[in-house]
Amino acid sequence: MNPLVELLLDGGSLSTAQMAQVLKLSEAELNSQLEALKKEGVLLGFRPVLNLSNEETGVVRAVIEVRITPERGGGFNRLAERISRFDEVESCYLMSGGYDLLVFVNGASLQRVAAFVSEKLSTIEGVLSTATHFMLRAYKEHGFMLGGKVVESERLKVSP
Amino acid sequence: MDQSRFIAKHVVNLPKSGIRDFFDIVAKMKDAISLGVGEPDFDTPWHIREAGIYALEKGKTHYTSNLGLLELRRAICKYVEKNFSASYVPENEVIITVGVSEGLDLACRALINPGDKVMYHQPCYVSYSPSITLAHGIPVPVPTFAKDNFALTVEALRAAWQPGCKVLMLNLPCNPTGGTCDRAQIEAIAKFAVEKDLIVLSDEIYSELTFEGVHTSIASLPGMKERVIFLHGFSKAFAMTGWRIGYACGPAALIEAMMKVHQYSMLCASIISQEAAIEALVRGEDGMKKMRDQYHRRRDFIVRRFNEIGLKCHLPRGSFYAFPDVSMTGMNEKDFAISLLQTEKVAIVPGTAFGENGRGFCRACFATSYEQLVEAATRIERHVAAVAGKK
Ligand SMILES: Cc1ncc(COP(=O)(O)O)c(C=O)c1O
Repeated sequence: MNPLVELLLDGGSLSTAQMAQVLKLSEAELNSQLEALKKEGVLLGFRPVLNLSNEETGVVRAVIEVRITPERGGGFNRLAERISRFDEVESCYLMSGGYDLLVFVNGASLQRVAAFVSEKLSTIEGVLSTATHFMLRAYKEHGFMLGGKVVESERLKVSP
Repeated sequence: MDQSRFIAKHVVNLPKSGIRDFFDIVAKMKDAISLGVGEPDFDTPWHIREAGIYALEKGKTHYTSNLGLLELRRAICKYVEKNFSASYVPENEVIITVGVSEGLDLACRALINPGDKVMYHQPCYVSYSPSITLAHGIPVPVPTFAKDNFALTVEALRAAWQPGCKVLMLNLPCNPTGGTCDRAQIEAIAKFAVEKDLIVLSDEIYSELTFEGVHTSIASLPGMKERVIFLHGFSKAFAMTGWRIGYACGPAALIEAMMKVHQYSMLCASIISQEAAIEALVRGEDGMKKMRDQYHRRRDFIVRRFNEIGLKCHLPRGSFYAFPDVSMTGMNEKDFAISLLQTEKVAIVPGTAFGENGRGFCRACFATSYEQLVEAATRIERHVAAVAGKK
């Protein structure tokens, strides 16, 4: 693996200056490598993982199971991409099993999300059915536990 | 009343651990970055912890047999055969211990007659010499050197050998140096052990954390199984230090002797930890390798930084310790470690805590987050520049 990609995965929240130290690069070199990764379409961006309540963010999230008709030549791709382009859609995956697409959406309110499903999503030619599940509470997000306080693990400062 | 007169002489004479002294200083320091620890920064992988919880739920709250759960001993034999190429019989050639610590103690007490001499390479884990003394043996340290990347050489063994030596203790890869021996060197050590008729205690607790080449266990060499007690555990590779669980494998007669001591002193290791250990062996390999890969990258970083800073540091082939030479600062290892702690709030352990042969060196544990390591390196660099400038 590209050492920078490896470090991005492993090094968590290092600053660019710190990443440069680890990889023995100047900060300028590091930035140009980051740029290169973006150009190649490998690095798409950074997002913080926040632990905020729904009231604070004012966001309602839902998962929608979508069944669609595959097309000759394109399979599921054209429709999947079309659905993915909506701003409301956070992520979209092609799945095996009882439905075809799993779509994660968010909206400012329950009504907005419901409207998105009934007016946009299900009216698309080729969408056969949708089943919408609203998320009530998050327990783990992108590898981080959300509940409760952060407890420092109590490692002794010096041990043999 | 002066109670000290009641204390056994060989205990009075045990030196206080250099680690403890240092711990007392660091404990008073708020928000220091500590590279002074001897354990993984990872908590035990969740599936292993969950196995412990499950064991409790199922009412596994009783004693086990003295040797430990047979299912665990079977899993150990499979694991040791696969990873160390040494085969043992679960029924009578394995004993589950309370960490490698107890394994070491059992072996010393089972093997050593008062006055028997025990060779061990030094710098070494802090318990080695005291364990020998507590069993009324005589410690015979064998130096290892930076020029050999702290591998144990037969020349050093030969030079240190004296009549009356009965036991040879090995710890490869080594705490605190990270040094280890390649196959040829282990073969030479094995030959020496046969020539001098030594029984070998091989503490291979860091063997999974070998970053270059393959780890060779002395127990796997032809003809050696009969004179080796293989000590291993879960603390380092599986990040299970607090579970206090380990094991010893060896010839049935020796395991039986260790079992005698164990049954009258410890009875058995915690059943909860034994259950969790089964999970670690059966399903823990992927998680263990992930941790090892992270240590590997952190090692490459911190060793490179020490050398850039001017603190000469060999590349430790195993363990999670770097062992830089701090003598260029013009300070001894203790003064350097204390001044680093006081001015830059970074804790490393003076090499002499691990024996006289650690003079001039310090141990820095790199089992910690990148953020901390990068910051620690920056602070060490600043401190070295400041003190070396004054020299
Ligand atoms: C070389 C060595 N042996 C044994 C131990 C003790 O291990 P355990 O936790 O299995 O008792 C340690 C712990 O630091 C060690 O470094």
